[in-house]
Amino acid sequence: MDNEKLDVNTTIAILERIKDIIEANKDYLTELDSAIGDADHGINMNRGFSKAIEKVRNNQYFDIGSIFKDVAMSLMSTVGGAAGPLYGTFFMRASMKLAGHKEADLTLLAQAFREGLNGVIALGKAQPGDKTMVDALIPAIDALETAAKEGSSLKDGLAKALAMAEKGMKDTIPLVAKKGRASYLGERSAGHQDPGATSSYLILKAFYEALEN
Amino acid sequence: MIGILVVCHSAKAAKGIAEIASQMAGEKVKVVGVGGNEEGGIGTSTADIYAVLSELLNECESIVVIPDLGSAVLSTKAALEFLTDEQKSKVIIADAPVLEGAMMAAVEASTGSPKEKVMQVAESAHLLKKLVN
Repeated sequence: MDNEKLDVNTTIAILERIKDIIEANKDYLTELDSAIGDADHGINMNRGFSKAIEKVRNNQYFDIGSIFKDVAMSLMSTVGGAAGPLYGTFFMRASMKLAGHKEADLTLLAQAFREGLNGVIALGKAQPGDKTMVDALIPAIDALETAAKEGSSLKDGLAKALAMAEKGMKDTIPLVAKKGRASYLGERSAGHQDPGATSSYLILKAFYEALEN
Repeated sequence: MIGILVVCHSAKAAKGIAEIASQMAGEKVKVVGVGGNEEGGIGTSTADIYAVLSELLNECESIVVIPDLGSAVLSTKAALEFLTDEQKSKVIIADAPVLEGAMMAAVEASTGSPKEKVMQVAESAHLLKKLVN
């Protein structure tokens, strides 16, 4: 496996890894969501990525954009909570950037992720600091772009993005939620880590770990 | 014909609310409910919403969607992305209390008002008082 480029096989390996990590953290995500939400994030994400990988395993791909697109469609129809359309939009917008590409380097991946993030923000209208997935994704994708400009390898770029996502995720703990179900709790949402920022971190972790192997 | 689509986290709630609103709607308005996740649990499905919207667009010249909360709004917006621009221009989302909004939308739509006016009236349901005295 060429660690400098993301090809069809690597992308499928990443999805397998996402499914495994989400499955392993299903109860953890649900526990976070039961503190400030409707206690379904782990179950929903696990259902979504299980269906997504099932679809991808049964298909043949000649470009990575088509894989991202199939993941997007699966997530939108099977997740059930707000994470469905949000992550679905992330993968859908990213797929447009990756359409027709047999492989992606760090620069193209960073562009695709930026498109995905823009889609998430346009749909959910979350601002930084609202205690959402965006709080993990913004610093991560900023770091990915910086690493691409500096000429980092794909793996190093993802390592830097992952470190920033982890920081962004932990930084959601003191925040008062402004979006989603947690916003109904107002001040009581402070002191809990955001489940959406956590699943975003876990997805980036899967990208990094799959490349490491 | 104008369509009113109620989107709820529960399929039963969506269908029940559509039923209540239909009572006020007369024959010129079609009120439909969609909800629940793909497995019938609590949640919303972009695919299900898209399917119902496409079907409604075959018989309605315009549609007002009334979602309950959170993912119902996001799933509806995501479903709109799969429609053609022409279809999309016929659909409008109201920021309204779901039951009162659907009912008031149904009444307004039955008088032949355009979808913008129906949406506005549905949104005014925020101000509705149930206990008058």
